Amino acid sequence: MTALLEVQSLSKQFLGSEGKALTDVNFSVSEGEFVSIIGPSGAGKSTLLRCINRMIDASSGEITFDDRNVTKLKKKELKMVRTKIGMIFQHYNLVDRLSVIENTLHGNLGKKSAIAGVLGLYSQEEKEQALRILSVLGLESLIYKRADQLSGGQKQRVGIARALIQNPRMLLCDEPIASLDPNSAKVIMDHLRDISTSMGITVLVNLHQVDVALKYSDKIIGINSGQVVFNGSPAAITKEDIQRIYGSEAEDLIFDLGGIHAS
Amino acid sequence: MQADFFAKKRRNSLAFLLALAGVTLIAIVVTEYDVAKGFTSVPDAVAWALGNFYPTQESLVKLPGIIDKLVETLLVSIAATTVGAAAALLFAILGSNTTRVNAFFGSISRGIATVFRNIDVAAWAMILLFSFGQSSLTGYFALFFGSFGFLTRSFVETIDEASSGSVEALRATGAGYFSIIFHSVIPSSMPQMISWVLFMIETNIRSATLIGLLTGSGIGFTFNLYYKSLNYDVAALVVLVIVAAILCIEAVSNYVRRVIL
Repeated sequence: MTALLEVQSLSKQFLGSEGKALTDVNFSVSEGEFVSIIGPSGAGKSTLLRCINRMIDASSGEITFDDRNVTKLKKKELKMVRTKIGMIFQHYNLVDRLSVIENTLHGNLGKKSAIAGVLGLYSQEEKEQALRILSVLGLESLIYKRADQLSGGQKQRVGIARALIQNPRMLLCDEPIASLDPNSAKVIMDHLRDISTSMGITVLVNLHQVDVALKYSDKIIGINSGQVVFNGSPAAITKEDIQRIYGSEAEDLIFDLGGIHAS
Repeated sequence: MQADFFAKKRRNSLAFLLALAGVTLIAIVVTEYDVAKGFTSVPDAVAWALGNFYPTQESLVKLPGIIDKLVETLLVSIAATTVGAAAALLFAILGSNTTRVNAFFGSISRGIATVFRNIDVAAWAMILLFSFGQSSLTGYFALFFGSFGFLTRSFVETIDEASSGSVEALRATGAGYFSIIFHSVIPSSMPQMISWVLFMIETNIRSATLIGLLTGSGIGFTFNLYYKSLNYDVAALVVLVIVAAILCIEAVSNYVRRVIL
């Protein structure tokens, strides 16, 4: 397996703030891998994810995606790279007043010329692909529904559909289940796992739930105060690692590590 | 500790009320306003209005002329609002933090809008009287500038509130600037924007009446003319027509709002 994404000595300092949001972050992700990034709130998980597709510009360091140095790209090349990276958000970030199918087709806008994009000229093929993806995600009966009439779990599945229609190499998921009930969260995580396993798409997920991360991932990256403090397989994670990621109070965390490893 | 917290809040409220009462008292003393006389004169005013200020049979002859002026005023208000809204949309897109091209243009367009907003329509009318004289064009521009400033401000807030999430999502897919505007910003903000435009039309119709007094045009001027020439019956008819028109417009815009929101 070759590395699809390589992050090298990445640092980020926000303007006007003391201390760095990210300090010397290094890791690599192989093609088709399912990687979870865990850490306390404010540790820099979202910043890290957004540096990868340059929604936020890193202060220093290198990010190599598919053999291209993302940090050095010009505007047009950056757009090209972004079309290959799907993104999923905690609050779904759909256009509430548009239908499920329209929101899904938005994933194609990056590939279109300015005029075709503005007019929303989608080909028959793209529409059929959207329908295929939506039926895989179990949304075929809702395609003409407005996004604001959907439940949270359904909205997140539309978010996934919008990312998948890009035919991405990689998905970046920023807290995809943080606003969902346990059942919808499981459906979403199962879909993400399935996308990684059966389509070979690399998935990078920010998670709050350690148990979920341990259950679904091939690899876990633990972050505390902008620094990577753990990088390894879920099976290798120990109580001390969890403490290093979440700080001293981690002893009282509400899940049981032994139970998860056993299952 | 907690008892202290509530006591402090109560003290703050009390201090505020006392300050308000103080300012009111000072204002009354400075303007030599007689509170008792102010209130007792209300019944007299009502009695006078009921005795003089009602339309009569003869005044109805003037109705077609009044309606003409009313329609002119309505059209000027609507045109000023819609043209103002188009300009405001452009400035709002440039000025909103979500969609601005860069920080420089962002502050420039917000700054321009702030200047236009903070000058009242009546002040605009007076300023523009120098350039355009007493004509409906002056009224039109006064309303246009006022609407432009106000709508830019409301549109900026609408865009930031309604579309920042989906704008981020579309930027992440690699979509271009104009695609994002047309597929995310406009669809998410349009209903709220239309609602603001309707509100602005209502407000402008009311201001247009006043502006008409200043600029010598429209229904405001008609009222002034009859009132000053002591034709209270016709002036009353003008007022009734204006009230009826405002209620109609409000009903229509409430209906549109219900449908689109």
